[in-house]
Amino acid sequence: MIMEASREFCRKNSDTSTVRSLIPSNLGFDKDIWAKMVDLGWTGITIPEKFGGSGLGIGALVPVVESMGRYLLTAPVITSAIATQAILRCGTQEFQTDWLPRLADGSIGTLAFLENEDLASDATLIAVSRGSKVELQGRKILVADAGAADFFLVSALFNDKPVLVLVESDQLSTDSISNKTLIDETNRAADIDFSGVVVDPQAVLSATHKSIKDLRLLGALLYAAESTGACAAALDTIVNYLTTRTQFGRLIGSYQALKHPTTDILIQMDSAKSLVYHAATLATNFNFCTHTEIACRMAKVQANDALLFAGDRAVQFHGGMGFTYDCDAQLYIRRAQWAQHQFGDSQHHRFHLAPLLIEDI
Amino acid sequence: MTNNFEYEELHLTEFRKEISAWLQANKPKDPGFLLPQTFLEIGSEEVLDFLREWQFKVWSAGYLGMAWPTEYGGGGLPVAYQQIADEEMKRLRVPILFNVIGLGWAGPLIINIGSDYEKNVYLKNILSAEDIWCQGFSEPNYGSDLGSIQTQARKEGDEYIINGNKIWTTLGNFAKYMILLARTEDKTKRRYDGLSFFLAPMNVDGITTKPIQKLTGEYGFTETFFDDARIPASSLMGEEGWGWRIAMLTLQYERGAESGAAGGPAMTPIYMDDLISMARKVMRENQPLIKDAITRDELVKLMIEEKAILLGEKRTNITKLCSDYPRSLSLSHKLRSSEFFRRMRQYAISLQGAKGGLYVGDKEAIDDGFWQRAYLNNFGITIGGGTSQIQANIVAEHVLGLPKD
Repeated sequence: MIMEASREFCRKNSDTSTVRSLIPSNLGFDKDIWAKMVDLGWTGITIPEKFGGSGLGIGALVPVVESMGRYLLTAPVITSAIATQAILRCGTQEFQTDWLPRLADGSIGTLAFLENEDLASDATLIAVSRGSKVELQGRKILVADAGAADFFLVSALFNDKPVLVLVESDQLSTDSISNKTLIDETNRAADIDFSGVVVDPQAVLSATHKSIKDLRLLGALLYAAESTGACAAALDTIVNYLTTRTQFGRLIGSYQALKHPTTDILIQMDSAKSLVYHAATLATNFNFCTHTEIACRMAKVQANDALLFAGDRAVQFHGGMGFTYDCDAQLYIRRAQWAQHQFGDSQHHRFHLAPLLIEDI
Repeated sequence: MTNNFEYEELHLTEFRKEISAWLQANKPKDPGFLLPQTFLEIGSEEVLDFLREWQFKVWSAGYLGMAWPTEYGGGGLPVAYQQIADEEMKRLRVPILFNVIGLGWAGPLIINIGSDYEKNVYLKNILSAEDIWCQGFSEPNYGSDLGSIQTQARKEGDEYIINGNKIWTTLGNFAKYMILLARTEDKTKRRYDGLSFFLAPMNVDGITTKPIQKLTGEYGFTETFFDDARIPASSLMGEEGWGWRIAMLTLQYERGAESGAAGGPAMTPIYMDDLISMARKVMRENQPLIKDAITRDELVKLMIEEKAILLGEKRTNITKLCSDYPRSLSLSHKLRSSEFFRRMRQYAISLQGAKGGLYVGDKEAIDDGFWQRAYLNNFGITIGGGTSQIQANIVAEHVLGLPKD
């Protein structure tokens, strides 16, 4: 149900000219569309019913995100879903009661966890007690949808233990946020200096290495789903050109030099889809086990590589047109280059898969 | 027993235990000669007799043709039983069930569109391995271009007279019957409209076979010559001119028990687990190969690909997850899996260091040359049943809708 509904919604609301029209905007997405998504319940999919969500779980969110990728519809769905999961995994009952209904209602939360380019690195940003309050010292980079976020969940160390600290956007001065120039113009991210931000102790959530790792795996899975959708869209774009463009008196799709790699894109996309939905099934279980970890990492590797391949070939196969800004192929290759690094590039995940797959057999 | 699903599951679990125990108790002892990895490698009576006996034993125990109708020697059970039997046969590495053209192609075809007479005459003996079947599609000048084959079938009285020759006839020197594609009409507008499909006897005057030595050294297939060979007119399947459609239907059964095949592994399964076990035995740069970071990364890449292929087989059955390109997984399966196996086996050999150059028969060869043989054998899969290059065209044209060249 949700698969067909989300596909139809994204198809109606996000053709590539709409995608392009949002490129110059500050937020990078359409607030009215976001409001409709909230009405459809997409922001509450992984939120339990007692907190105002539908409690359908990750398995139901994956097709939504895939559909968004299919039409390059940007909105902070993945961003807020990860914040939701962070609160579900690290927040007290009281904290959840306070914040999860807001997320269901469309408040935007985002995880601020990176401090350098190494996805494997841990937080060094520290939280220190200041009387009855807690003060943050340090900065985070490439925080997704920072400009749109109502609050941030900042990974930090508090008394040498991992924590997530909730910071509301009005606690930040505008000069502490620097927007980044991204290769994918449909997305938004910013570096944020959290130094000097003071919060109540209730805003500090105990985390564990496991919970932080699971959030990263979840991020990997959701971006994998989105990239799989985008890969299918890139493939459609190629097929459309190959079945309409004529050279030497024949449709260029009849040339095997184009036909065979296009078949290969289909195969790569199919592989990504199989791995993504398998991982989605496992990740619907709240407690991630080793099998879930393997599945999420495999899905991200395959989706990264499939979209990179499809986007790259989409540009090439459009010939001179492919080298222009007007050709939609650019949207896919730019998305590919951005998305591959969200929650881990392929080599990162393969590095972490090796001991799981080879040592323990 | 609150719902049928649980009831079914319980029965299947019990069945898995049952067949697993039977296979372990009845798995044949090492015959002292090299057993084939695939049904394409049967070149001697000795090997044939061994495999024939094994197939008969499996069928007699009720583990082959489990989903075929009981009146024709089958078990009349849901296909899930055969799928479990196949999984267990693969897992326990029992010998292959070799009568593949009968079990996987002719059999399901006859069940699907055959007459009662054909069902009565052929099906049971396919299962028991009494009758061996072969396939006569390709010709020396027409392989991938199957629609253009030239072997003639001319009707005379109650017989067809066959002239021409077929090639790559697996089991051709042992088969009693052939599924034969031949031309009954020359002057059709579309060349494949003149083709007809026969369940042809092989033991008639005018049919001779000449074994062809394969890349791997043995004689697993033949060239088959028809020189005024007279076969009964009743061996025509359906009507004249239906040949192409029936041949295409036949190709659909390749996908295993689920699509109608009797079951049983046609090839020794080889998985990434096997490759990793092999890698553990090898040294490289003065350390165990399995510790080498580059090797590990390559192995992980292949394992992701293998997992995707195995998951794809399951996703084929989930319609709503196949909405983008509905026939994609089924039509691309042979291409993707056979090409994956080729690269994986090639990689295995490349990891063996100086011993990688040894072959079956050399005492020092790693795993007795299993990987070298498996790699060479795999060309039977990337070429047979339509080359990978033709498969890529088929996927591009029939799934993506790209124009013919």
